[in-house]
Amino acid sequence: MLIKRVQLLGRSGLGFLDNIGQAAIILYHAIVGKPDWAHGISRLTQQLYSVGVLSLIIIVLSSLFIGMVLALQGYTILVKFGAEHALGQLIALSLVRELGPVVGALLFAGRAGSALTAEIGLMKTTEQLSSMEMMGIDPLRRIIGPRFWAGQISLPLLTLIFNCVAVLGGYMVGVEWLGVDGGAFWANMQSAVDFHADVVNGIIKSVVFGSVVTWIAVYQGLDCPPTSEGIGRATTRTVVYSSLAILGLDFFLTAVMFGDT
Amino acid sequence: MMKMRTVEITVGAFMIASILSLLMLALQVSGLNTFYKEDRGYKVKAEFTNIGSLKVRAKVSLGGVLIGRVVRIDLEPKTFNAKVWMIIDPLRVDKLPIDSRASILTAGLLGDNYISITPGFNDTEFLKEGDTIPIDSTDSAVILEQLVSKFLAGQTNGNAKPAH
Repeated sequence: MLIKRVQLLGRSGLGFLDNIGQAAIILYHAIVGKPDWAHGISRLTQQLYSVGVLSLIIIVLSSLFIGMVLALQGYTILVKFGAEHALGQLIALSLVRELGPVVGALLFAGRAGSALTAEIGLMKTTEQLSSMEMMGIDPLRRIIGPRFWAGQISLPLLTLIFNCVAVLGGYMVGVEWLGVDGGAFWANMQSAVDFHADVVNGIIKSVVFGSVVTWIAVYQGLDCPPTSEGIGRATTRTVVYSSLAILGLDFFLTAVMFGDT
Repeated sequence: MMKMRTVEITVGAFMIASILSLLMLALQVSGLNTFYKEDRGYKVKAEFTNIGSLKVRAKVSLGGVLIGRVVRIDLEPKTFNAKVWMIIDPLRVDKLPIDSRASILTAGLLGDNYISITPGFNDTEFLKEGDTIPIDSTDSAVILEQLVSKFLAGQTNGNAKPAH
């Protein structure tokens, strides 16, 4: 009985390692090799459109509301201490360091990651990938490569837009509506936010999240059982695993970047 | 499938929007237009007995105007004094008298430590690259806990004497 339990544990551990190894091999085959500039760029553009541009609306809307809520909540607390002029600092630091990269990546996993998994899963289920292979086209280079790069490029760009729009949302509520002094708002923000330590580290975070989310998404798409139920499960798994990976990695990245100050 | 032209135009617009966002984050949010370049200026050392919680990249100011940054903090091996390297922007202050004082102050009650320079009166000799402000013309950080404990010790002594 006990032996069986241990065996079960070992099997699941081996399965986990097997998955990671396969995912790494897929990633390696998809992105390593001589780039095909002539066709690569137009395929990449197509994917940037479906991964990046189509995620823009949800990113802009949610960042606007997040910035506004942050201003409202921050104001009600700060005004008790007579420190409402520090609102800009509060909004900008929490956005640039944490909320921008993390919430942006979570939304991206829900919007673009799941779509990638479903698309690739359906290609596999309808045997488009195998027929490509029969025609002598490497589906990893042709299908996975552009999608991976598109996700990797899009998320940092989306995060930049997220931060920017959210700060503007915070400005709208804090300064225009609640009446914080605009000069103090920007001046405190500028003296508190450091470009290298805060903005660049936030971008580094979003680069890491971008590669992890797209990697999980394309691997789940390729790995899913070729049934309609399998695609559904794979899509769910993409969102769940990406969200967990984002939040877990965020802790480590924060500890490395901001832990020692 | 959409027309390739439309796709390319929207992707281009997306890229431009994100670059504009980066510009705004750099200029408006982090105030990079007043950014102080690290490697421009001359380095001056100063020795302190206690630097409190002074950190690298702390401000160096003269009369409240930012003139430089702390770039390195070390310990003098013989005297066990703290040695602070700061880089001073020659565009702000070109000629700092050699008898200037450096003191570590605190911004507000809970703020960060920074170095404040009080210019001296020598108008023939000036601090240049590699010069040291000696220990007897610097003021160390005021440690709040030490002040409190001194104050409390003074209080108890003062009360104890009349009882004797």
